[in-house]
Amino acid sequence: MLYNINEKGYYGEFGGAFIPEMLYPNVEELRQNYLKVMAEPEFQKEFNQLLKNYVGRPSPLYFAKRLSAKYNTNIYLKREDLNHTGAHKINNTIGQILMAQRLGKKRIIAETGAGQHGVATATVCALMGLECIVYMGEIDIARQAPNVARMKMLGATVVPALSGSRTLKDATNEAIRDWINNPVDTHYIIGSVVGPHPYPDMVARFQSVVSEEIQWQLKEQEGKTKPDYVVACVGGGSNAAGAYYHFLDDTNVKLIAVEAAGLGVDSGESAATSALGKEGIIHGSKTLLMQTNDGQITEPYSISAGLDYPGVGPMHAHLYKTGRAEFISITDDEAMKAGLELCKLEGIIPAIESSHALAIFEQKKFKPNDVVVLSLSGRGDKDLGTYINYFKL
Amino acid sequence: MMNRINQKLQEDKKLLSIYFTAGYPELDNTVTIIQNLEESGVDMIEIGLPFSDPIADGPTIQASSTQALKNGMTTDVLFKQLKDIRKSVNIPLIIMGYFNPILQYGVEAFCKKCAEIGVDGLIIPDLPVDVYYEAYKTTFEKYGLINVFLITPQTSDKRINFIDSISNGFIYMVSSASVTGSSSGFGDEQTQYFKRIADMNLTNPQIVGFGISDNKTFLQATQFSKGAIIGSAFIKHLTNKAVNKIRSFVKSIRD
Repeated sequence: MLYNINEKGYYGEFGGAFIPEMLYPNVEELRQNYLKVMAEPEFQKEFNQLLKNYVGRPSPLYFAKRLSAKYNTNIYLKREDLNHTGAHKINNTIGQILMAQRLGKKRIIAETGAGQHGVATATVCALMGLECIVYMGEIDIARQAPNVARMKMLGATVVPALSGSRTLKDATNEAIRDWINNPVDTHYIIGSVVGPHPYPDMVARFQSVVSEEIQWQLKEQEGKTKPDYVVACVGGGSNAAGAYYHFLDDTNVKLIAVEAAGLGVDSGESAATSALGKEGIIHGSKTLLMQTNDGQITEPYSISAGLDYPGVGPMHAHLYKTGRAEFISITDDEAMKAGLELCKLEGIIPAIESSHALAIFEQKKFKPNDVVVLSLSGRGDKDLGTYINYFKL
Repeated sequence: MMNRINQKLQEDKKLLSIYFTAGYPELDNTVTIIQNLEESGVDMIEIGLPFSDPIADGPTIQASSTQALKNGMTTDVLFKQLKDIRKSVNIPLIIMGYFNPILQYGVEAFCKKCAEIGVDGLIIPDLPVDVYYEAYKTTFEKYGLINVFLITPQTSDKRINFIDSISNGFIYMVSSASVTGSSSGFGDEQTQYFKRIADMNLTNPQIVGFGISDNKTFLQATQFSKGAIIGSAFIKHLTNKAVNKIRSFVKSIRD
């Protein structure tokens, strides 16, 4: 069984490029060039130097002693929260801005939900002196004010998406429309392993540095390169794709994907795509997505703005369908409790997205000698308002 | 029997095709709009099956789609509304919709239903040419449906020739790099593009869409092509005026 992408741009039956002809030249240009550009020694050198000196990689692999003791197993946290801009998102935007430069693009567009990817994109645009336009749902702009301010300080123009449900999926639609209207000089930096081929694969490759580091860091600390489990939260799925990447075809390493159940999988207010979704097309990719019987895409809900995407990347749809990854859904309450627990036990305030991954220890028992690596995808600073409201701090 | 689209394309005139979103402005306007368009002398109609996330469309068609869905439009409702359409309407009817709702209905079931009703063709902007060719061409042909592909100013000659080779009706020529409803008037760049495509002497005639809103743009668009499609401008007309004032809109384009 092959778990990575095939030469036609599919993970099993998922993926592909279901795009209007107006987007074809843009996407085709990228498809023809991305692997070639990424393989260039100069590209590799610049990418790795920026990851080291600008992002602060490698991010630590930290043995969480008190958390491990509480759950009677061995838990390592992959500290993506310590990256510049506070999450794993920057790994991808660094890669894509270098790609855009090599393709001769002068103008960068991006979509953002919670604002983390928007900030990471605005950051690399400032770094390279490129124009940056970020599309963000009108509703998200209102509830993520600090990130909107960050993007503006970094020189980006934030454009409200006023159509449809005015959240992440509509911001993505608006970014796609912008790209249709600007086919020559613009590169679209998609923030997750979603969208038409080659985006899911390109983003997964830029994020794969996470599992590459896990291998040698674990070797240093545990004397082996392979954990028993890799755990990550999944919205679109980019931090999970990065954490799984080098273990995809090694079935001795078990993969756990944690989705946001919101108020409960059957509550009608959820973002658990694997449980609630059906096969279909969203943003140019054949994958699992939440939709009506009639094929209209529905609006998901999660307390975590980074997890409320109605689809999931095609890699994850394939991992779900084949049973390669175990999918667990975690409610708002379970995630918030796990987030606070990490604060008290380890002195780390996690992003609420990552708190969902942390919550599985209350649901799933691990053996005392298991080695569990959990992707701590982001830090909780951006979520302080939500934590304050939730815990009445 | 020859497909109505092919019959129409043989007529010695420039064709006017009108797009509207089914279920807009009111859920039950579909049949009235179609009948009025035919009576007003329109040559062909594109019935838009609304979608929640129409990425190739601009604000006008997106807003009409959102409203149509709110009004209760679904694939089943549309098929029910169109059940007896061939008792009163003779011009070619094309359903234009995004791929996901069709996929959920079942591609073969959808095609079968279209054939039963008397729909002549489909335009599915996000169904890629290669996927259609490998997976669905046989099904479309089995039910006598013409699938219409889009080309843009950025589409390479090689790709245009391939699209021409697998088309059996007309080619939908997108006037400029844009979503629907965003252009105002055509410049030299468009005229040169229209001429370039005309000079390729393709097997399938071309009909121009995107950016046509009045008599002037209709004439520009059809100078080198077989016809033109109007969408957003007609939707705006429906928004502003009553459904029964369609004749004046069509007259303003033709004269």
